[in-house]
Amino acid sequence: MTAPTHRIRGRVIARDGDDALVRTERGDVRVRHAGGVVPGDLVSLDGPGAPLRRVRAYPRAEYPPRGSEVARLGQARRGNLAARSRMMAALRELFAAREFIEVETPAWVRAPGLEVHLVAVEAGGDGWLVTSPEYQMKRLLAAGMERIYQTCRCFRAGEDGVHHQREFTMLEWYRAWDTLDAIAGDTEALVEHVARAVNGKPEVKVAGRDGVRTIRVDEPWLRLTVAEAMRDFAGVAVRGDESIAELADAVRAAGIDPGGARHWDDVFFTAFVERVEPALVRIDRPLFLCDWPAPLGALARRKADNPRVVERFEAYIGGVELANAFGELTDPVEQRARFEDDLALRRDRGLAQYPLDEKLLAALVEGLPPCAGIALGVDRLAMLVLGAATIGDVNAFTTAEL
Amino acid sequence: MYDTSDIRKGLKVLLDGNPFTVVEFQFIKPGKGAAFTRTKFKNLLTGAVIERNIRSGEKLEPANVEERSMQFLYKEGDDLVFMDEKNYEQVSVRAEMIGDASGLMKDNLACQVLFFNERPVDVQLPTFVYLEITASEPGVRGDTSGNVTKAATVETGATIQVPLFINIGDTVRIDTRTIEYVERVNKK
Repeated sequence: MTAPTHRIRGRVIARDGDDALVRTERGDVRVRHAGGVVPGDLVSLDGPGAPLRRVRAYPRAEYPPRGSEVARLGQARRGNLAARSRMMAALRELFAAREFIEVETPAWVRAPGLEVHLVAVEAGGDGWLVTSPEYQMKRLLAAGMERIYQTCRCFRAGEDGVHHQREFTMLEWYRAWDTLDAIAGDTEALVEHVARAVNGKPEVKVAGRDGVRTIRVDEPWLRLTVAEAMRDFAGVAVRGDESIAELADAVRAAGIDPGGARHWDDVFFTAFVERVEPALVRIDRPLFLCDWPAPLGALARRKADNPRVVERFEAYIGGVELANAFGELTDPVEQRARFEDDLALRRDRGLAQYPLDEKLLAALVEGLPPCAGIALGVDRLAMLVLGAATIGDVNAFTTAEL
Repeated sequence: MYDTSDIRKGLKVLLDGNPFTVVEFQFIKPGKGAAFTRTKFKNLLTGAVIERNIRSGEKLEPANVEERSMQFLYKEGDDLVFMDEKNYEQVSVRAEMIGDASGLMKDNLACQVLFFNERPVDVQLPTFVYLEITASEPGVRGDTSGNVTKAATVETGATIQVPLFINIGDTVRIDTRTIEYVERVNKK
């Protein structure tokens, strides 16, 4: 704490008898005989001995005053938030041009996603925060809406990393009476459109260990099946109907240790994480990883010409998993069976049991038209458009900053 | 036992019987699969770095390692004797564990000694040591161009390369990682 020797501007943070403590850009100063100012006042002092004057506001040119919030957000983050806002405007333009209706479904739900590797955030004792709005959006399709999209906050406990946050922004869109190919076409167009809108050219930027590299997004994306990727990058043959023992043998034969994995998906992803993901990082073209093995089918329907795989793709750019899409399962019997399987797997792994979404199942019984849909990580899209290194760089607040 | 949520930089774990420390980690979660922590471990005995993907739910065994502040006392053949600064316990360490930098060790030098299963396995010297020059040819006048150096012997008996202006009696700062002269310092 020093006495002022120069012209200062600042905010009174406390009174001490006749003195005022003023927080300024250069630190806290004590001003003697401060007069009638009170904590919270913006004040200005034109020099030593001059009276402390209360001012209404900082001149705009001097705003924002330097302080902890300003330091926290920083110039780069403020720039990213502005760019993210332009990206969202461009995103809505594209969906409007394609005649999608923007919808909003509840963030608080009675039945969260049942996927084994999702942990929902409990809310209020009788519900959860939504892990994905897919159940409600499919009910809207069943109710006759044909092209819908929404961006919303989703919540998944325990996810925290460069590309993960327990709260994040999801973009989902669905097309009734249409195919997974149409969704892939939307995805290509969306990424190109927002990249042009924000960067002025059809390029995204992938931040990696060795700096930022550019990937063009104005050409058709590469299409690779999961079987091709596992064969070429991991040396593991995957059909989709093999037993866990057979898959584990193939993984071991490729020189990968599946460790104590007791489930099909864990064996698969041990090899995937070790060999395929690092290979996808090196591909300088956006790609769709298609035709997922049936045990990783989630809410996707089986392919008519090869029921060992499902109509599902994951969109990757520079190794960043951007989106997951399904040719949606519409069969209520198979859907119930898969939900029951998920619950059994959850029991087996000692995980929380969640209620089945009976309203969704009822909607499937009434009749869900053939449809396809996708969930895309908006924060990751913003990271790619801006070349940001972490998810926190494109958000106003990280969890740690709350 | 540790699980993946315990992983952080500096965590000491046992992998295949060897002690490792975590130097880097990243949370990854591939398309609807289990979460993994992509982790880089450094072998505390060899310095080799390996990468492992630890699946959420897998356990890691803690390594019984401990870092103790110890003073170098004296050389005894090929062994170096250190004393714990807290409990005055003495231990002998093979000089080869330290390598060439052992030639820069002066009595009372404060070091960090790493113990694995109660046995010393690594000695970390301070990055810089300050030693007096005890023997060196005088520099030749006029020869002041850039990188010209000469050999000089320091008080511990080791020989290093120093600039020509260094004289007997000067104290110099030496980097123990490279065993290279850094600068001349005022005598303290």
